[in-house]
Amino acid sequence: MVNYIWVGMMVIGFIVAMLTGNVDKVNAAVFKSAQEAVTISLGMVSILVFWLGLMKIAEKGGLLEMLALLFRPLVKRLFPDVPEGHPALGYILSNMVANLFGLGNAATPMGIKAMEQLKKLNGGKNEASRSMITLLAINTSSITLIPTTIIAIRMNYGSSNPTDIVGTTLLATAVSTVFALCIDRFFYYRSIRKGKK
Amino acid sequence: MSFINSFSIWFIPFLIGLILLYGTVKKVPTYEAFVEGGKEGFSLAVSMIPYLVGMLVSISVFRASGALDLLLDFGKPIFDLIHVPGEVVPLGLMRTISGSGALGMTSDLIASHGPDSFIGRLASTIQGSTDTTFYVLTVYFGAVGIRKMGYALKVGLLADLVGFIASIVVVTIVFS
Repeated sequence: MVNYIWVGMMVIGFIVAMLTGNVDKVNAAVFKSAQEAVTISLGMVSILVFWLGLMKIAEKGGLLEMLALLFRPLVKRLFPDVPEGHPALGYILSNMVANLFGLGNAATPMGIKAMEQLKKLNGGKNEASRSMITLLAINTSSITLIPTTIIAIRMNYGSSNPTDIVGTTLLATAVSTVFALCIDRFFYYRSIRKGKK
Repeated sequence: MSFINSFSIWFIPFLIGLILLYGTVKKVPTYEAFVEGGKEGFSLAVSMIPYLVGMLVSISVFRASGALDLLLDFGKPIFDLIHVPGEVVPLGLMRTISGSGALGMTSDLIASHGPDSFIGRLASTIQGSTDTTFYVLTVYFGAVGIRKMGYALKVGLLADLVGFIASIVVVTIVFS
């Protein structure tokens, strides 16, 4: 499906560009966005190095294990395929906590580290495992207690109450996260059924 | 407000301090562990590059060609029919493919409609309640070299749709 969407967006884009005469804009966009992608990736080096370094200390000190132990009932239900006490759980939980507090730049390194552990657990294959997709579902629907960026924007434009959207945001993201987990389960069981046939 | 602000400002030093002190108490060679863990950071960022280049180029071609606008014009009558405010539909779509693009649209909507208007609040809620699926997918899977995504994209996109609908419903109930 990713392959089709990927090719589709580009081919449709080129055809539309030819019809509307936007070809030069599209040409510029190709190379500008390629450069942007490299800039973003390399720009992440600093936060990756910093947070992964800190997380190593947390891991060695047993802080991650403690976190995993604390939320064991929840995580066990969300990630039934991950064996108890596996290091992936600590990273998954720190990723969730960082997201909750709106620390996007800390959440990403922890999420990547969790993915790495989950890949090891899956025999190092280049296929997404069930737990990986669950982790992804949680991250894309992102439960955040305080959406700081949006509050800042609202303040800039002179809102009389910039934080009055915190409640609605929390409710909307709670709904989307619950649904994301349900959808995730649904597709998982469907893929099993398909596999058996 | 000031409480929330200072909370997010103080949370980071608190977290870093906690990790460092806890490690010290547990007799972890903190500095050595930090260096050891940090080493991986560079290679993870580098392995992300091809994934992100591929995805961002495709998305930007789709946007720059005008195909995205065309799609939105085409869908407008349908959205009007089911009472979705037409102003936020582009934002909903943009939110899944480009984080910076969506942030720009949200600022634009807030600027033109006012932060305390219905549209302003709705845009704020949509922006805050979902994350950029394509980006999260590309970065997380890219860094560890997952090429076959399985049903991950379907789950992410459907979750975005649910988040979008939930935002409209919740904001409508609370603010009007």
